[in-house]
Amino acid sequence: MKTAQAESQTATNGATMTPVEKASPQAAETHPVKMTARKVNVFYGAKQALFDVDLEIRDNAVTALIGPSGCGKSTFLRCLNRMNDVIDNCRVSGEIRLGDTNIYGAHIDPVLLRARVGMVFQKPNPFPKSIYENIAYGPRIHGMAERRAQMDEIVETSLRKAALWDEVKDRLQEPGTGLSGGQQQRLCIARAIAVNPEVILMDEPCSALDPIATARVEELIDELRENYTIVIVTHSMQQAARVSQRTAFFHLGNLVEEDETDQIFTNPRDKRTQDYITGRFG
Amino acid sequence: MSRRAADRLFRFSLRSATLAAALALVFVTFFVGYEALPALQAAGAGAFLTDPSWHPASGTFGLMPMVLGSLAVSLLALVLAAPLGLGAALFENFYAPPVLRGLFQRAVELLAGIPSVVYGLWGLVVLVPLIAKHLAAPGTSILAAGLVLAIMILPTMALFSSAALGAIPAEQYRAASALGLSKWTALRTVLLPAAGRGIMTGLFLSFARALGETMAVLMVAGNVPQLPSSLLDPVRTLTANIALEMAYATGAHRHALFFSGFLVMAVTLLLVTLAGRSEKKEARP
Repeated sequence: MKTAQAESQTATNGATMTPVEKASPQAAETHPVKMTARKVNVFYGAKQALFDVDLEIRDNAVTALIGPSGCGKSTFLRCLNRMNDVIDNCRVSGEIRLGDTNIYGAHIDPVLLRARVGMVFQKPNPFPKSIYENIAYGPRIHGMAERRAQMDEIVETSLRKAALWDEVKDRLQEPGTGLSGGQQQRLCIARAIAVNPEVILMDEPCSALDPIATARVEELIDELRENYTIVIVTHSMQQAARVSQRTAFFHLGNLVEEDETDQIFTNPRDKRTQDYITGRFG
Repeated sequence: MSRRAADRLFRFSLRSATLAAALALVFVTFFVGYEALPALQAAGAGAFLTDPSWHPASGTFGLMPMVLGSLAVSLLALVLAAPLGLGAALFENFYAPPVLRGLFQRAVELLAGIPSVVYGLWGLVVLVPLIAKHLAAPGTSILAAGLVLAIMILPTMALFSSAALGAIPAEQYRAASALGLSKWTALRTVLLPAAGRGIMTGLFLSFARALGETMAVLMVAGNVPQLPSSLLDPVRTLTANIALEMAYATGAHRHALFFSGFLVMAVTLLLVTLAGRSEKKEARP
């Protein structure tokens, strides 16, 4: 069930949505800011994993978080929907705004927040339920459909948006775990879409997929940009270059540099960024 | 000894050990069945059901009071222990702080390791007088036996449920959280169904353990071979019956006891098989 606050937020989001021109860098620049991180520090026990990260995430664009292993990019991603809360002895300080709301504010229910900021994981993790139930599960719990027909529609729309409908429409009652890896990941994306989030976080969504399935998912991410704000963590710089409009480079827990993707890859300002994208470390 | 010879010797010892274990089961089953057979031939299987009472000296072998007694105490124990065990497993896996988690595991394992006669003693000196004082004399009853058994099978239930819940990949829980579900909703709608088969296994094995338990039940159930009419009535279970009478039973009486032992064994084997089946299905991808 969504609270009145969440409802109004959704409405605001709808109103501020701008039609997207084809991905010229200039167009990306004009996207309004969807999420803002200010002075975000993250500690795992005594160990600090992120240092004073300031970052703006733009609406209807794909933001890629890149950097070597252990640089804090996944940690930062998990801050955006408070999935770090689930981890024992993880502490987050600073402020992250979604629209006008500080998501670490005292009155914020992380459970409701996660309905607005969905997540897709590294390894496809469909529920041990049918394909249909995998999608219908979230909307049902959130009370988004009153009748069976409405639910059918949500399932079909979500699967279509995830470019999976044609492949599974004749076997919706079969288990989701029986699909191929790439299909499972698109099922997970469809599942995230089904609860109608504003932002979708993706944590290395293609790292367990073969090149063909990867291409398919990348294509999908590009299409989803029209309706959602997407933040993707990736180990592959090619992937960042292919799918994102903006790229943020993390190193040793610091956000080194954030800019338009073209800019980062052709003309980085920081020496560390340059070293990383030219393959000198990582 | 060459490495090859050592390997062969090792394999041979393992095979022998496995064979011995399997043979023991076959042998016990065969022996109990063999001793029970004369009872079936003399009285017929029907007599055990239809004879009005258990008076082996005068030739009536009605096992119904004991069958119902066993079922009553075991079912009561299961009804009490199943929600407790499952709740404990949920708490341990999803709510307990890490420190408590280890402590809890130890406590449950300890509970499983206490000899049954100790539980019986506790039931006899604490539980039975309490029931006699507050509910109804004499206190030895289905209720007393069910309560003692519930504590005894609680570890089985808790450990199996916990293992089943622990075996669910953490991604499932994270996926449910990421959809904006509360912990309890995620548990109820994703994790519990996924662990369902493992929990069923725990239920079957707990029930089998309750049915087979003898000593503790014998000490608190009252052991009157009658058809119970309330939870506060004393009853005698099949296992207690065997333990009480085997020492002096001869002839048809002795065979009748073996028959009741065979019955308990058959039901237990059935339950264990069911448990094994539900576990196997779960293991399938």
